[in-house]
Amino acid sequence: MSILLTQFVNLLGAMLLMLAFAMNSQRRIVTLIHLFTMQGATLVLATVVVGYVTNQHHLYLSAALTFVLKVLVIPYLLHKVIDRLDIHWDVETLINIPTTMLIGIVVVIFSFNLAKPIAELSTAVASGTLGIALACVLLSFLMMITRAKAVPQVIGFLAMENGLFFAATSATYGMPMVVELGIALDVLIGVLILGVFMFQIREQFDSLDIRNLEKLKEE
Amino acid sequence: MSFSGLLSQLLEIIIAIALAPLLTGWVNLWRAWLQNKSAPSIWLPYRLLHKLFNKESVIADNASTLFRAAPYVMFGCMTLATGIIPTLSTDLPLATAADAIALVGLFALARVFISLAAMDIGTAFGTMGARREMLVGFLAEPALLMVLFSASLISNSTSLTTIVDTLGHREFAIYPGLALAGVAFTMVSLAENARVPVDNPATHLELTMIHEALILEYSGRHLALIEWAISLKLFAYSCIGLALFFPWGVAQAQAPLDMLLALPVLVFKLAIGGFLLAVLETVSVKMRIFRVPEFLGTAFLLAVIGLLVHLLLVP
Repeated sequence: MSILLTQFVNLLGAMLLMLAFAMNSQRRIVTLIHLFTMQGATLVLATVVVGYVTNQHHLYLSAALTFVLKVLVIPYLLHKVIDRLDIHWDVETLINIPTTMLIGIVVVIFSFNLAKPIAELSTAVASGTLGIALACVLLSFLMMITRAKAVPQVIGFLAMENGLFFAATSATYGMPMVVELGIALDVLIGVLILGVFMFQIREQFDSLDIRNLEKLKEE
Repeated sequence: MSFSGLLSQLLEIIIAIALAPLLTGWVNLWRAWLQNKSAPSIWLPYRLLHKLFNKESVIADNASTLFRAAPYVMFGCMTLATGIIPTLSTDLPLATAADAIALVGLFALARVFISLAAMDIGTAFGTMGARREMLVGFLAEPALLMVLFSASLISNSTSLTTIVDTLGHREFAIYPGLALAGVAFTMVSLAENARVPVDNPATHLELTMIHEALILEYSGRHLALIEWAISLKLFAYSCIGLALFFPWGVAQAQAPLDMLLALPVLVFKLAIGGFLLAVLETVSVKMRIFRVPEFLGTAFLLAVIGLLVHLLLVP
């Protein structure tokens, strides 16, 4: 039974990776938020299963926290922001999408190779997923680099946190509760601040293109 | 080659040829229902074949023998393909002759012939359709190969019967790599069977059609054979999908009587698969032709990641 559940965690890890790729290939902001919500839900499921297999009850708590924050509150806030800014459809990428995907696969190979020796040292149930978690983090990073608009960058930032969280649960059965609460609060506040920031960028430049920020130089 | 092997081989090909139009009818039925239209009869593909076989075949004056031969080659390729894929039993004498790579080659052979035939007449539409078909084909083939390879990695063989034997009859296990390959396979088979995100099988709007443009010049019995071959292709792809991802219920070599059970199981699985295909076609929008390379590139990458994930997670 526990072997099957471990395989299930691996499957959820593979789904996280697939969703990270889907986010990289997605042009539209609304779909991006849907994908982010799905990634959050997958993460919650993975955390619950790891908690059940290893009998670590505090993981249930962090799963509940993740559920409330990343499946309910933050997607709701993001939807609200894009409603107010009226930017449902536009995403503009700096590099075209096929190139992004090719870079993405290089990133995946790199992180799998990097994580393999580390995972061999670990005794955790799903230590093999460390490579997947690392790949998720780097792919979200790639998304932040390749997107020109502010909202997709924020989503990339949040997805990166998803990857980190998955690495923490799969490799070390979760961080201490204090750290986890701190990060959760950080992410929430981060989204709120970045939301305000987005409105400010729009007010200043009539666009959410963050390349405009380069103009803010002192003469 | 044993007698039971020969029997199962023959039975499998006959069932494929007989059931393929029914699968097409079933998908069309559900598509119409889901799109709130009154549905055509499920037997419509059979009636269409009957009508076309009784009609005179009109061929352009400048058509070469290639044009006449192409429908037969295509039908032959698809029939052989359904003979290789284990649907009822894994005891198939033909399967030792051709593995998964040869199967992809068979599909490619059919594609080459139909594209050449489309260009043979020299009409603008035929040539345009052929070019687009080759564009879709050369991107879909590597992705399909990668999907088949991720299943081969698990069973250490490229023979489809061995893959089904290992996947279907060993202890149940979840393979994360196969999940990624499954998504990639769905995308590839949508493109290969000219289904909605890539091509619309119901359209005759000149600028968007791919597949219909290819067979525009055919009529009568040639068109009937091509339509039948298209149904067979959909059937073959569905069966590859079932063989790789849901291989349960296929009879083994030692137990030919299991085939009695395997047939209802196959029909049941195909019915669900056809329904899901109709759902997928209803919820997605046809994309621009220039988005197709991106779509199929994503499928290829997902299949490659499936391979990598398998190598990472299964030591």
